[in-house]
Amino acid sequence: MSVAAAGVAKTPARGIATLAKPAEWQLALPLALAYAAFFLVPLLLLLAVSAFEDEKITVLGFANWRKFFGDPFYWKVTFDTVKLGFLTVIATTLIGYPIALVYLGSSPRWQRVILFIVILPLLTSVVVRTFAWIVILGREGVINQTVMWLGISPAPLRLLQTEVGLVMALTQIEMPLLLLPLLSVMSRMDPNLRDASAALGASKWRTLFKVTLPLSLPGLIAGCMLVFASSTTAFISQFVIGGNRLVYLPLLIWQQSLVVYNWPLASVAALTLLVSVSLGVVLIATLGRRSKGYVHA
Amino acid sequence: MRSRRTGDFSYSLAIGLLAAIGFLILVGPVVIVLLTSFTEGRSIRFPPSGLSTQWYQLLFDATSSRQIHRAALNSLQVAGATMIMATVLGTLASVALARRSGKWARALDTFFMWPMILPMLAFGLAALMYFTFLGLRPSLELIMIGHTIVVIPFVLRTTSASMSQLEPALLESSASLGASWFYTFRRVTLPMIAPGIIAGGFLAFVASLDNVPVSLFLTGPRSDMLPIRMWGMMESTLDVRVAAVSGVLIASVLVLMLVLERLVGLTRRLRD
Repeated sequence: MSVAAAGVAKTPARGIATLAKPAEWQLALPLALAYAAFFLVPLLLLLAVSAFEDEKITVLGFANWRKFFGDPFYWKVTFDTVKLGFLTVIATTLIGYPIALVYLGSSPRWQRVILFIVILPLLTSVVVRTFAWIVILGREGVINQTVMWLGISPAPLRLLQTEVGLVMALTQIEMPLLLLPLLSVMSRMDPNLRDASAALGASKWRTLFKVTLPLSLPGLIAGCMLVFASSTTAFISQFVIGGNRLVYLPLLIWQQSLVVYNWPLASVAALTLLVSVSLGVVLIATLGRRSKGYVHA
Repeated sequence: MRSRRTGDFSYSLAIGLLAAIGFLILVGPVVIVLLTSFTEGRSIRFPPSGLSTQWYQLLFDATSSRQIHRAALNSLQVAGATMIMATVLGTLASVALARRSGKWARALDTFFMWPMILPMLAFGLAALMYFTFLGLRPSLELIMIGHTIVVIPFVLRTTSASMSQLEPALLESSASLGASWFYTFRRVTLPMIAPGIIAGGFLAFVASLDNVPVSLFLTGPRSDMLPIRMWGMMESTLDVRVAAVSGVLIASVLVLMLVLERLVGLTRRLRD
């Protein structure tokens, strides 16, 4: 009796519930509209503006594309930008992956400490981190003081405004982006697999290359993609540490758009940056998938 | 057997050494900036020539650091508004998409993550041209819109992770007990994914506060932003106040991080 009554009482409430229920996918609409209006349309505009010849944006034509790709200087800038991205990816992986391995072998308590150390620089402003590297890399900076004190070199090394110095700085600036996805994958890894590998007589190196690395590859790839994308577009770090001697696409975009006011040429440079970064990201993803097959074989 | 032992030794040595360099590189610069900011001297040097709080005093002086204060206030305002807009839009979208596996839902999800991979600088230029063609002048509101677009992926990541850990059975039992969709959303879904939303909101706030590539194009004479001003201070004379600003920023983030770690387990949420 009471069950039946409850059943009857519930029906209208349910009816209202169904009526009031928005189809859940509709909740994505506000964001989709915001993206369409303020992200997609501006990017398409970039494409449109690049197809004008003059700075006043009145004459259609591809003069700026021809100018950009007919000039070895712009080719070199594009190449250097992509190269900087890959150098940073290599450096962060070389130093970041061992950190992830140490994290993997630590107790939960230390894992929290390591995670904290990794996230702290991510949350301290990029400008602050860049500033720190001026203090470190300068003529009388930390590195040069150490080098002179140890007697490695009689004169201070030139580190600011060099590619080496910039890659060193970017390694720290971008490191958290590599480590977060990597640690995420590593913390979900089954520890028994590594124990089994060791119990079966594999050395630590063998376990690293045959078990840990292949299993953590998705996280490593995701991290490398983020580092590549972020380091190629890191305007402030590139400009402040690289100076005027090292020219990368972001500096070119900034100069052309806000100093010279040549928006069509700036658009060409921005689209070149966009395409080359996308290609780099796709390349990293492909290499990752290929090597996965190779490591397993 | 011996070769295996030497192999294991070389492994520990190599990995230990590289990781030690890694930790040094991660933490060193933060420590160096903090110590430099307390220098007694008039130039930026490490180690500092003596300890004093003179640069902090100068930084907090209302008249001589007026421009920095205004830029900081602008940045805080923009970061607050950006955080609110990104959190609302991002949470709604992740509720809509997180547990859907359809083709459209996946495609939309990928599209929403684009700003994370695409060079932000290209978007910054695009936004400047777009707003200019619409006849709008640079203003804090436009910067808020630009920032919202680029920080959305952070909110989506953390809230989607919380959504995917949400038991569907809880929602079903709430509905079968007669709760309306909105009531279930308010009393079950929202409290369960709140830690993810808070972590995402915090990330959005910090990312906006820190943003250069979008602000660079959208700042005007009346909408100076803190990172852009700091860049200017570094470019011209290497003003030691940059170190003091950095010190304040590092300290505030550290405090916020510790509080949120207690409240919502921040670091774990950022990892997952």
